[in-house]
Amino acid sequence: MTEITLSASPPSPEAIDSAWRRVQLARHPQRPRTLDLAALIFDDFAEMHGDRSFRDDPAIVGGPALLDGRPVMLIGHQKGKDTESNIVRNFGSPHPEGFRKAQRLMRLADKLGIPLITFLDTAGAFPGPAAEERGQAEAIASSIKLMTGLQVPIVVVIVGEGGSGGALAIGVGDEVLALENATYSVISPEGCAAILWRAPEAAPTAAAAMRMTAADQLELGIVDAIIPEPGEGAHADHGAAAREIKQAVLASLGRITRLETEAMLTTRYARLRGIGLVREAQAPSQAGLQEPSLRRRIGRLLRLPGIPRRPRWSEIWPSGDDGTDNSEEGA
Amino acid sequence: MPIKFPFSRRREVTSDAWTKCPTCESQIFNRQLERNLRVCPTCGHHFRMGIGERIELLLDEHSFVERDAGLESGDPLGFHDQKPYVDRLEAARVKTGLREAAVWGIGSIDGQRVAIGLFDFRFMGGSMGSVVGEKLARCFEAALVERIPAIVVSASGGARMQEGTLSLLQLAKTTAPLGRLDAAGIPFISVLTDPTTGGVLASFASLGDVILAEPKALIGFAGARVASGTVGEELPEGFQSAESLLEHGFVDAIVPRAELRTTLSRLLRLLPAAPAEDGWQAGADTRAWGPIGVLSGFAERLGTAVSETIGIEVEKPPTDDTAGPRERVREDER
Repeated sequence: MTEITLSASPPSPEAIDSAWRRVQLARHPQRPRTLDLAALIFDDFAEMHGDRSFRDDPAIVGGPALLDGRPVMLIGHQKGKDTESNIVRNFGSPHPEGFRKAQRLMRLADKLGIPLITFLDTAGAFPGPAAEERGQAEAIASSIKLMTGLQVPIVVVIVGEGGSGGALAIGVGDEVLALENATYSVISPEGCAAILWRAPEAAPTAAAAMRMTAADQLELGIVDAIIPEPGEGAHADHGAAAREIKQAVLASLGRITRLETEAMLTTRYARLRGIGLVREAQAPSQAGLQEPSLRRRIGRLLRLPGIPRRPRWSEIWPSGDDGTDNSEEGA
Repeated sequence: MPIKFPFSRRREVTSDAWTKCPTCESQIFNRQLERNLRVCPTCGHHFRMGIGERIELLLDEHSFVERDAGLESGDPLGFHDQKPYVDRLEAARVKTGLREAAVWGIGSIDGQRVAIGLFDFRFMGGSMGSVVGEKLARCFEAALVERIPAIVVSASGGARMQEGTLSLLQLAKTTAPLGRLDAAGIPFISVLTDPTTGGVLASFASLGDVILAEPKALIGFAGARVASGTVGEELPEGFQSAESLLEHGFVDAIVPRAELRTTLSRLLRLLPAAPAEDGWQAGADTRAWGPIGVLSGFAERLGTAVSETIGIEVEKPPTDDTAGPRERVREDER
């Protein structure tokens, strides 16, 4: 990452205004949802249900699809269109079973070797007691871990709100794309305002301070490319938005599939390992701080060992043929 | 304002020498609290512990060597709420004497070497920003390179808001190495202490091969404030306690602090790293492994300063012939 440290100052009124407008657009009730886009982008899409363990979570949808005639796996958050469908969809906030359904579909994609495409659009994972009881944190963590090792290309598209861990749980990819008016944040602006400003009405200020717009995320290196939206925004023309997304996803898959699987996984790992601003003080005596060079960062990753081959079991548990050790055990 | 006499120590004594237990409300003499591993002698309430005390509790004497002590946070967003982020960092450094909310290093428990990471909740709520994530990732990578078990003792409110999505992505950064530990057969033990919530629980802390928790520790995905704010209902008492997680199957055991060291020692004996074939050595040249080799050659052309950051000895690559090391390893394989 390049030097992106800014001088800290409260966000300007213009910045607050512009950030908050984007947040409103990302949350627009008419914004295209995963199932809208699935119908517009793919030749075929068969939705699968259930996590094979507890129940089906309607806040996450997914299943195999055909993209330009080729099979892919699609997984996305699903918000509702009106109050009634939003209650069914839990406003797009998944419970643990939603993430476990996603994991099940990811494993299927991995097994069949078909690329994974995910659409992010959630305010966050649901924080209620039922979700806690069924291991919300574990579901998110294991989902993230699974994605870091999937041996198929992963393209992530942030189509609306990228809300914290609930978004990242299906948001680890080889490339992360974002619609122009999408947002991505570590906590909702309301939550951030409540904690750091102790005033929920400071949400617009928090939105600007967290730099959560797609453009900001591109600058921070979290997002690789921005997908332009038609006219006023994606809500105005679903068809045009879908065409843009399709084009961007195909281009992205084209770039990723140029790599062999091992190189793809190494690059995915390196991408994650490189995220964040870390400064390394040279020595306690020297006050000067220095960011480790890119060279050093790449080098560090490449020095990791590969996977050792395990010895044969017969070496670990010698069979009793030589009749020595296991005589005491009896028959 | 009352006039303070330097000689009148009575006020000082009452505030500094005693601690009130939040559970049973008994007054505990501080020295007694320290002697009792910061556990209330009356009711067994586990007070939070600093990193230094935790190292003394868990590791063999003088065995701990800190790694990457010089890593410091920057201010990537230029974040400013009521106070600039840099000021909050500075205040936390002064308050705790630490550079960041986590420390990692190599130590041993009853002679068994481990790579261990520890959190201090007093440093900005133990929150995980770029540096904390980097330290833990390096801790796991060191465990991988040296083929020794990894242990992390968590105490954290979650991802650090002041670094925005860079903090969020630390969840993935710290989780990615765990897949490699799985493939290499290296165990990871996660110890959850009061409190472990948010992004830390939603990443590596939930993914231990063994997960231990301290009694009554607050452990949950969403802080109680966030949860009740969003859900708008009263939350059942204790639904985010270690005991509740044990009941629901997300924790292997609740271990009182006095037994934590012996429990870890036992587990390390019971769950050793998988044996690796003879030809494989800790820190051995890795370029035999698929396309990494190709990229590594590329890194060598860029330069040689690549080995010191995880603090292990790595052979210096040849200066002119980048294909050399790969050839050598291939010969080993035959």
